[in-house]
Amino acid sequence: MSQTTSGLTPGITTPRAAAAVWVLLMAVVLQVSVLPHLAFRGVVADVVLLVVVAVGLRHGSEPAMVLGFAGGLLLDLVPPADHVAGRWALALLVAGYVAGRVSGRAGRAGRAGSPRWPVLLGTVAACSFVASSLFAVSGMVLRDPLVGVPALLETVLVAVLSDVLLGALLVPLVLALDQRLEPDRLPA
Amino acid sequence: MTDLMPRERLNRRGSLEPRAPGTPRRSRAVSLVLACLVLMTLDLVGGESSPVDAARRLVGEAYAPVEAGVDAVLGPVLAVSGWFRTQDSLTEDVARLEAENDRLRGDLATVDYERNRLEEYDGLTAAAEQIGYALVPARVIGIGPAQTFSRTVTIDAGTDAGLRPDLTVVSAAGLVGRVIRVTSSSATVLLVIDADSTVGGRVGSSMKIGFLHGRGDLGDFGRTGRLDLELVDQTTVPARGDAVVTWGSEDGAPYVSGVPVGTVRSVYSSVRDSTQRAVIAPYVDFGALDLVGVVVPSGTASDRAVVEPDGTLR
Repeated sequence: MSQTTSGLTPGITTPRAAAAVWVLLMAVVLQVSVLPHLAFRGVVADVVLLVVVAVGLRHGSEPAMVLGFAGGLLLDLVPPADHVAGRWALALLVAGYVAGRVSGRAGRAGRAGSPRWPVLLGTVAACSFVASSLFAVSGMVLRDPLVGVPALLETVLVAVLSDVLLGALLVPLVLALDQRLEPDRLPA
Repeated sequence: MTDLMPRERLNRRGSLEPRAPGTPRRSRAVSLVLACLVLMTLDLVGGESSPVDAARRLVGEAYAPVEAGVDAVLGPVLAVSGWFRTQDSLTEDVARLEAENDRLRGDLATVDYERNRLEEYDGLTAAAEQIGYALVPARVIGIGPAQTFSRTVTIDAGTDAGLRPDLTVVSAAGLVGRVIRVTSSSATVLLVIDADSTVGGRVGSSMKIGFLHGRGDLGDFGRTGRLDLELVDQTTVPARGDAVVTWGSEDGAPYVSGVPVGTVRSVYSSVRDSTQRAVIAPYVDFGALDLVGVVVPSGTASDRAVVEPDGTLR
């Protein structure tokens, strides 16, 4: 705990940062090549967002924002993407901020310093909604795709639903990995 | 809460500004947001020759082999579901019959067009030019998610296979889209059903020309993707079931002519501005794209076998 700067959120150490980057790179592969086969109405669960939310819940806004920016940038540049670069980066950055604000007491109230289920799922849903809508709105501002509002809302809702479903599985996994890397003392 | 954490009271500049846990430093938050905005501006202002394209290419070079690898590993796993549903021989029969069906439908779709074209153009020049096109075979290895509202896929052929931007992509059933970006081993394809996509189309039976616009809807889950056809000559009404083929661009880029696109499903006429809008059902099932062909000039150097117009492999 020597590098920890706050009493409520554990610090980012080098092994943790390396693990986060590795998980992020894997998440992009998963999202681009594997999950489209399980897509519902073409909407693919946003694995990168889930990683960002997990980091935000455990470590606060700042690391989550940096990770969200990096992950979003990768999503903006990885092959099938053909939108203005920076849109996912901005969306995931804000999602990281939102997730980070939940950290602290609410984020460590459950077993082994993990958030309770309602908090976890609520955060995933909120972040997913914020990120998907922000991406859609930035597209409207930049006049990127010509999509009607109803179709847009439907896609955002399906995206939130699939993120919550996958998040229930994936976020605890990332949190457990983080905990395992360097077990903190349990909160008093 | 701050009195519980005396160390939080002194920040790096030595001033007494307590920072609540979980909140970011303002400077870093602002710089990250600014970085996003700068990136968007660069990409948007750059247009076709955007400076971001270099980064895109770099990431593409790094990720394409990974995507292709994952796809190769995933192939047998995905095949398991088909194996459970039915027996091997039946699956094989269905695949063979579907391929045959696609071929026959393609033949049927171009019959009207071919007949009319033969009457219109005289002599051998046109005939020689229109026999067919050489194709580079490729597989779809990545599909863009619906959240991006653009319909793009990645294929496993790039500059090494003789590809460049603005080439037509077809499948056994008909027109798929066009190449918009290439790396050495992969290419990004904009599907014709993308909301940004516009293709010149010709109604095979009447030879009337018009423009096909995508609707940005992939059409899986029981629905099929649709295209809208606006005819240049507003007085003609295409009949239900008429076949639509591409009418091609100059030098065959981005679209070559005579590729079947779909059939007219329904026609809407607007009384106010006396225009016709036809809804086209594409031949290609965009929800299940796999093997596609990229139209290249005959004799292109490639890292794989090229299907020549006369059906031979080279």
